[in-house]
Amino acid sequence: MSNIKKTPLNQIHKDLGGRMVDFAGWQMPVQYEGLRQEHNAVRKNVGLFDVSHMGEIRAKGPNALKTVEWLTTNLVSQLESGQAQYTLLPNDKGGVVDDLIVYCIEKDADYLLCVNASNKNKDLEWVIENNQGADIIDESDYWGQIALQGPRATNVMKVVMPDVPENLPSFEFATVKFEGETCYVARTGYTGEDGFEVFVPATKTVALWKSFMEKGAAENIAPCGLGARDTLRTEMRFPLYGNEIDDTTNPYQAGLGWVTKTKNKDFLGKSVIMEGKKALTQKLVGIVMADRGIARAGYPLYSKEGAEIGRVTSGTPSPSTGDNIGIAYINKDYSDLGAEVFVGIRGRQLRAKVVKTPFVQRGGK
Amino acid sequence: MANFHVPEENYYTKEHEWAQVDENNVTVGITEYAQDSLGEIVYVELPEVGQKVTQGEPFGVVESVKAVSDLVAPVSGTVVEVNESIIDDPGLLNDDPMNNGWLICIEMDTEKELANLMRAPDYKKLIEKK
Repeated sequence: MSNIKKTPLNQIHKDLGGRMVDFAGWQMPVQYEGLRQEHNAVRKNVGLFDVSHMGEIRAKGPNALKTVEWLTTNLVSQLESGQAQYTLLPNDKGGVVDDLIVYCIEKDADYLLCVNASNKNKDLEWVIENNQGADIIDESDYWGQIALQGPRATNVMKVVMPDVPENLPSFEFATVKFEGETCYVARTGYTGEDGFEVFVPATKTVALWKSFMEKGAAENIAPCGLGARDTLRTEMRFPLYGNEIDDTTNPYQAGLGWVTKTKNKDFLGKSVIMEGKKALTQKLVGIVMADRGIARAGYPLYSKEGAEIGRVTSGTPSPSTGDNIGIAYINKDYSDLGAEVFVGIRGRQLRAKVVKTPFVQRGGK
Repeated sequence: MANFHVPEENYYTKEHEWAQVDENNVTVGITEYAQDSLGEIVYVELPEVGQKVTQGEPFGVVESVKAVSDLVAPVSGTVVEVNESIIDDPGLLNDDPMNNGWLICIEMDTEKELANLMRAPDYKKLIEKK
């Protein structure tokens, strides 16, 4: 692909020996030294991720709240300035356009929607088409984004961006200056560990990355690629759009009822989602392989009797536990903890067990 | 880029396997380039002794954390030996792909098929282009 996009950190990744791959139209590092080291760095110390490929859509103006409330499933009106929430952008057919985080920059008047890179154009079209009078701005080119994740993230943050409160609560963010430019530093992440995601202007992304790497050396900071990002989120059973969720997924099926607030608000697609909820036959569960073999996305699940009862949506060896873990949609009858199921791997049916998730606790325990 | 060891005496496939020919026995493994590209190998699936394999067709898989890759037979024939130790310790494929990390030994049906494989100079050119 000739028009592949590059983040402000592209050259840095190459200088660090990053193995570059095409991901959602972006050239991104899948790993540097090795996926396992990077994964463990985040569970034990601190890791640094380039997530500049993520999209940023801004909704401003007197109708900003009305618009974001209508377009998303969670309760936006509950957010005060400086707070954020995980939420969904539903479509009008009972499925999900994207999952995202909404940042309340200024209550009622200014919201930042951080969306998946792979869905940004689709999201933007959808938001504009269903806009309730907000000013919609695509700020994706303006922002770089860096995630600092791990139990020692706060030690690094306090020397690099000392204005960020050390006790910043989860899903809140601070507005601070870095080299004179406004940044949003959120206590969020996609790894299950403590940490931050920093929105930094593209022009300052390289300087901020270098500062994290330099000041983080004392904490054994490691640059981490998309490979570790995926194993870390899978261990937490965090959904990935395109795997666990897509345009046809009912939020309740994906276990996302907790961000689908049907009682206290109205939103686009609400009635179809409510209708779909009644007919759900499958549930999202965690599985662990009992036989030797790795469950991968798309592999079928079978009952003992050989009936097809579901499908794996994500699967990987877990660097933290050493088990081969998976996330799967499975018929409710087989979804009890401890249930024995069989994964179809290249024509063989290998034993696995339904387990509780997340697969690991903080620190990889 | 890294300097990969490509022994002169071996044959190579475009899927980055090496084939060492001794009479009509062909020992098969993955190249240093292959192990480096795959990253940490965590799972290997191999055929049983006695199984038939066909040149250019998959005979097993190797899996890294991220990916599943087919192992492709360099020649047609019958599997006469399988390296069981790599099933328990797939990391051998990363540590020593050219020796202790060998995969299987095939009794080949016909030497003629060797003409379809690459020799070391051509294989070196292939991986230099990467």
